Amino acid sequence: MAGAKEVRTKIASIKSTQKITKAMQMVAASKMRRAQERMAASKPYAQKMLEVISHLARATPEYRHSFMAVERSRKRVGYIVVSSDRGLCGGLNSNLFRRLIAEIKEQRALGVDPAFCTIGTKALGFFKRFGGSVLAQATHLGDKPHVEELIGTVRVMLDAFEEKKIDAIYIASNEFVNTMTQKPVIRQLVPLVPGERQSMPLHWDYIYEPDAHTVLDSLLTRYIESLVYQAVVENGACEQAARMVAMKSASDNAGNLISELQLVYNKARQAAITQEISEIVSGAAAV
Amino acid sequence: MATIQVDIVSAEGAIHSGIASMVYASAELGEVGIAPRHTAFISRLRPGDVRVENEAGEQEHFYVSGGMLEVQPMAVTVLADTAIRAHDLDEAAALEAKRRAEDALAGQTAEFEYAKAQSELAEAIAQLRAIEKMRKMRRG
Repeated sequence: MAGAKEVRTKIASIKSTQKITKAMQMVAASKMRRAQERMAASKPYAQKMLEVISHLARATPEYRHSFMAVERSRKRVGYIVVSSDRGLCGGLNSNLFRRLIAEIKEQRALGVDPAFCTIGTKALGFFKRFGGSVLAQATHLGDKPHVEELIGTVRVMLDAFEEKKIDAIYIASNEFVNTMTQKPVIRQLVPLVPGERQSMPLHWDYIYEPDAHTVLDSLLTRYIESLVYQAVVENGACEQAARMVAMKSASDNAGNLISELQLVYNKARQAAITQEISEIVSGAAAV
Repeated sequence: MATIQVDIVSAEGAIHSGIASMVYASAELGEVGIAPRHTAFISRLRPGDVRVENEAGEQEHFYVSGGMLEVQPMAVTVLADTAIRAHDLDEAAALEAKRRAEDALAGQTAEFEYAKAQSELAEAIAQLRAIEKMRKMRRG
């Protein structure tokens, strides 16, 4: 019964794999819920900030911060690439990189060079393999990313922009559409894309402490950081959702494999029994 | 008694939201007290306490490590930082991020190998598609 035994050990090993994938699926599901909550929690801050910034921009039209300046001709653009730290999440990262490659190709055709800033080990690994000038990186943000872990990387990009080493900053990350769908998107961060202009019925202005420029400067930096933070949190939710779906299909596949192997095992066992009986019977007939 | 809406938010989530009769915070140029119908005012905050006094005269304390204070006649918004910020601290963080990138990518070509990346990704995507197809065939 050598065949049957082999099949039996195989079934056992697939069963233990299935247990792991099932556990990962459940862990991802609960982590996804928490990531979604974090996503929602980060929204009011950015929204409030945007309100203040757009007010400031209108109230002090003589001062144009470089982040809000009109587009300058582009020679080099920066991409902040947000990826996951871990694999086993389906095509999440590959899809994002593919989208990014298409974008780079388009920019190349226009004579624009890319520079990168990576968040997450997968993006770092990607540029490690394929080269590319990576200005800064941050990895191992965990399930609960903090803004302070991103300050440095964002700062590097903003400094490069101010020194005119790069002429625009984009952020590439996954957008959470729903549990089943995550969409890779590339959005422009700097120069800020002007939002819709609301009319100001009454002209009023703030009292600034110490002055409007300083206030606007620190607001803008924080605003951009909060956008990056949002993208990181959203990408985290995407990662968990993608992992959940991937692990669910892995568990399903394991289930299918097991039922197929079970059939093979039963057949092998039956064959062995039949063989034994026929041996006994023919032995008895010979006597 | 006049009251004012107070919201304390940080990038990582809302910290407090409620109605108050008085708000105290340590602004960049000194401690400020905001009463209802205060004129529009905006300032950077120093690390310290934000005290919110409700109508009963009870005070609630919130520690912020800096941020922005925005005041409008009927609302106070504190945009709190989640970390201590200072120019040189930010600079240090930036240098650290740069160094990490240099360490991780030591000896790498700065030129992005477009063709290689595309072919490898195409392979990965093709694998995923093949798996998808196999699964459908098995079900169908």
